[in-house]
Amino acid sequence: MPPGNRPSERHRVRSVPPAEPAARASGERGEPALEARGVSVRFGGVAALTDVSLAAHPGQVTGLIGPNGAGKTTLFNVITGLQRPDHGRVTIAGRDVTGLGPHRRARLGLARTFQRLELFGTLSAAENVRVGLEARGSRRSTAGARSGLPSGAAALLERVGVPGAPDAPAASLPTGSARLVELARALAIDPGVLLLDEPCSGLDDHETAALGKLLGELASEGRAVLLVEHDMDLVLQICDLVYVLDFGEIIASGTPDQVRNDPAVQSAYLGRVERSDERAGPVSP
Amino acid sequence: MNVFLSYTVIGVTLGAIYAITATGLVVTYTTTGVFNFAHGAVGMVAAFSFYQLWQAWHWPLLVALAVVLLVEAPILAVLVETVLMRRLHGASTERSLMVTLGLLVILVGLATAVWNPLTSRTVPPFFGTDSVRVLGVYVSAQQILTVVVVVLMAVALRWFFRTFRVGVAMRAVVDDPDLVAMAGAKPYRVAQMGWMLGFFLAALAGCLLAPTVATTGLNISQLTLLVVNGYAAAVVGRLRSVPLTVVGGIVLGLVTEYCVGYLPTAHLSQNLIAVIPEVVPVIFLFVVLLVIPAARLVAAGRLPRHAAPRVPGPARSWVGAAVLVLLAVAVSPLLGGIALATVATGLALGIVGVSLVLLTGYAGQVSLCQLTFLGVGAFTMGKISGGGGWLGLVAAVGVSGAVGALVALPTLRLRGLYLALATLAFGEAAYYAFFSNPSFFPGYGGNITVRRLALPGAQSVGDRVELVEIAVALALCAVAVLAVRRSRFGRRLVALNDSPAAFATLGMNARAVKVAVFALSAAMAGLGGCLYAGEQGAISANDVLFFSSLTLLLFVAIWGMRTVTGGILGGLTAAALPVAATHLPHALTDLSGLVAGVGIVLLSRNPDGVLGLPALTGLLRRTWGAAPSGDATGEPALGATQGAVGAAG
Repeated sequence: MPPGNRPSERHRVRSVPPAEPAARASGERGEPALEARGVSVRFGGVAALTDVSLAAHPGQVTGLIGPNGAGKTTLFNVITGLQRPDHGRVTIAGRDVTGLGPHRRARLGLARTFQRLELFGTLSAAENVRVGLEARGSRRSTAGARSGLPSGAAALLERVGVPGAPDAPAASLPTGSARLVELARALAIDPGVLLLDEPCSGLDDHETAALGKLLGELASEGRAVLLVEHDMDLVLQICDLVYVLDFGEIIASGTPDQVRNDPAVQSAYLGRVERSDERAGPVSP
Repeated sequence: MNVFLSYTVIGVTLGAIYAITATGLVVTYTTTGVFNFAHGAVGMVAAFSFYQLWQAWHWPLLVALAVVLLVEAPILAVLVETVLMRRLHGASTERSLMVTLGLLVILVGLATAVWNPLTSRTVPPFFGTDSVRVLGVYVSAQQILTVVVVVLMAVALRWFFRTFRVGVAMRAVVDDPDLVAMAGAKPYRVAQMGWMLGFFLAALAGCLLAPTVATTGLNISQLTLLVVNGYAAAVVGRLRSVPLTVVGGIVLGLVTEYCVGYLPTAHLSQNLIAVIPEVVPVIFLFVVLLVIPAARLVAAGRLPRHAAPRVPGPARSWVGAAVLVLLAVAVSPLLGGIALATVATGLALGIVGVSLVLLTGYAGQVSLCQLTFLGVGAFTMGKISGGGGWLGLVAAVGVSGAVGALVALPTLRLRGLYLALATLAFGEAAYYAFFSNPSFFPGYGGNITVRRLALPGAQSVGDRVELVEIAVALALCAVAVLAVRRSRFGRRLVALNDSPAAFATLGMNARAVKVAVFALSAAMAGLGGCLYAGEQGAISANDVLFFSSLTLLLFVAIWGMRTVTGGILGGLTAAALPVAATHLPHALTDLSGLVAGVGIVLLSRNPDGVLGLPALTGLLRRTWGAAPSGDATGEPALGATQGAVGAAG
């Protein structure tokens, strides 16, 4: 079922009153900000992704869940241009970007964070964000919508909730803060599409809740947020639409309620969590 | 037809040796993740040892071969793996690259000490000069042996990697050493095996090569730089595939020989024809680099473990610059003769050192031909208005910057290692085709005269004035590099070095930044070249030797790659040690190489070199009351200036 045709059934109260982008948020039947169609990737003899399709719409938080090794990060790499797919297309705001390099896609308003941190460790937290701000420059991106973000590095860090000194070298930050700095850096290019790869690992409950609230706000500003996260409570709470990826294939998609109650997901995914943890235990971090 | 077949036979034989050395590079690289720049040097040491045992000590041929290949090479490999490489687990590519470069200069230094380069040494063919006639062409026993060896090697390697447990583990270990460890194999044992195989093949190539250079005799630097040709072959296999590497080696051998035989020499000057064998592999390499697919950006998820030295602000850098110039003013009357010249040369090389801080220290791009840019700058300066004018200086900076951009362009799609190798290859090609070419350097001994930079209103520039002149230029360069580092462009350089993946996903173009920093750094080296050649009075091929570029790079890394102070001290050290060596016994002729190699090995765990050693930073903090590294461009230069004086005196 093409998920783009399915309107969100949940109506959520945003903490920030939606301004102009509200129109986009409700116009979900329109063009997705990000779409992947029929993406397949093989590493040698192993199929990492098989015919994966998903869409992320402006104004929505879209969740992508699945056990370790399901291919979530590979899909992010395909979307951002770090991994070339064997088959399939990626479009940003209707524009086919499959042949474009990562920096060209970013200029179209696509930003991401990394599961394994990719901070500029030599620079301070504030400088990390500043590099992003400088990269944005005066360009216009086509994928999105924007507003509401502060234009200074320190203010951006404050917005995402990084505690402490922005002048500390990024390499010395604890994991949770480092993830938030990556988020602030991604926001610095004012993206229309924001990809987050496990942003909550390393955060405590309080920080996780604050981040969930922030993601809702970012979506209500008209951005499309695509979230990979293991914290199931958070995903089911804040996402408008959830895709379930397992062994490189989308096995289900729908609203959180639908996914939660989907017997196929329960048996296939939730039932396999323990097994996959066992399998993944010593191998992946 | 017979002529064609003759060239083919020679080409295949030469290609077989390239294939063996290249396969050794690939085996070590795939099993250890380290590209061994010293691979050619290992072959060189093996060739000389083989000469020593067989020719000088008259051991039987097979015993000599067995001792070199089965005793010396493996022992050397185990030593290198245990003492140098195991400590590097998890270090950056750039660090491990520096250590293999250190190994290279150590081996060259030791070989120079043991085998006096002025003595001529030749190795005859293994089984006499017998030959058989095949299809109307004479094929020597040596040529047949070489081809048989390469075939045996290919078959044996394939069998080894597929049959033995350790062979299979070697194929797996580079992907994920931790995983292999969990599967019960010992990663270091596997790495050790990779080094032993690599060294064995390097030694084998060295021994097979020895008789082919009988006309010129064994030559330390020539054999060491065989790594360039091996690398060109290995790149065909993308540093991974052994079969493709063998094919690459043979094709390279054939292309080289066909060029020797069939290039329309009427249109080439005699001087160029003479260097075809040296230049063709480099052109081959650049062509291959242009056609192999771009490297994928990998999100490595690795954060630097060492915090970078603090970058001084504008006020501090200007104070440092003023201190440096005042020191030069104060010291210049106290010096004379060789000491004065050494310090002046050292400060000029310091400009090149500072350009390396920008390129390698900040941006993480390694250049092994920085002195080639120095030479290009000096040449341009010498050619324009008699050498010494400001117009020449401006042109020199522009030309060397443009050349730097041209070198960087073909390799931008590739990883840093390929860029480093491309610079090495470019430096070699420029050395043979340009700097050693009497068409370009017609003067006595291949010199181009370069005069000192004229000062407005002065008839001539005296020795002491010139020292201050160079110090001012160096101080301005240091201030400029620090200003670049604090700028938006500087943040980008560091960001690109820290995480290329994140850099690209923020919408920035890595290629543009890399070309820019390479051009900037080469331009600065060209500026240093003008002052260096002005001090020497001329520029020649001897000023742009690969080994000099390499030792300068290592000295900068030893002092501290990420501080301009390290660049300045590196330049002074590179100028002082050769002068000091002339006062020492013959065995220490190559003092620079030995000190650079041992130094970089000792400091391999400390990326910020001597200036970043905790003991020193602590001392300076107490003395100056501030974080010291890179803070002031001038203060620690005092010690080195005195050191240079001491060494020269």
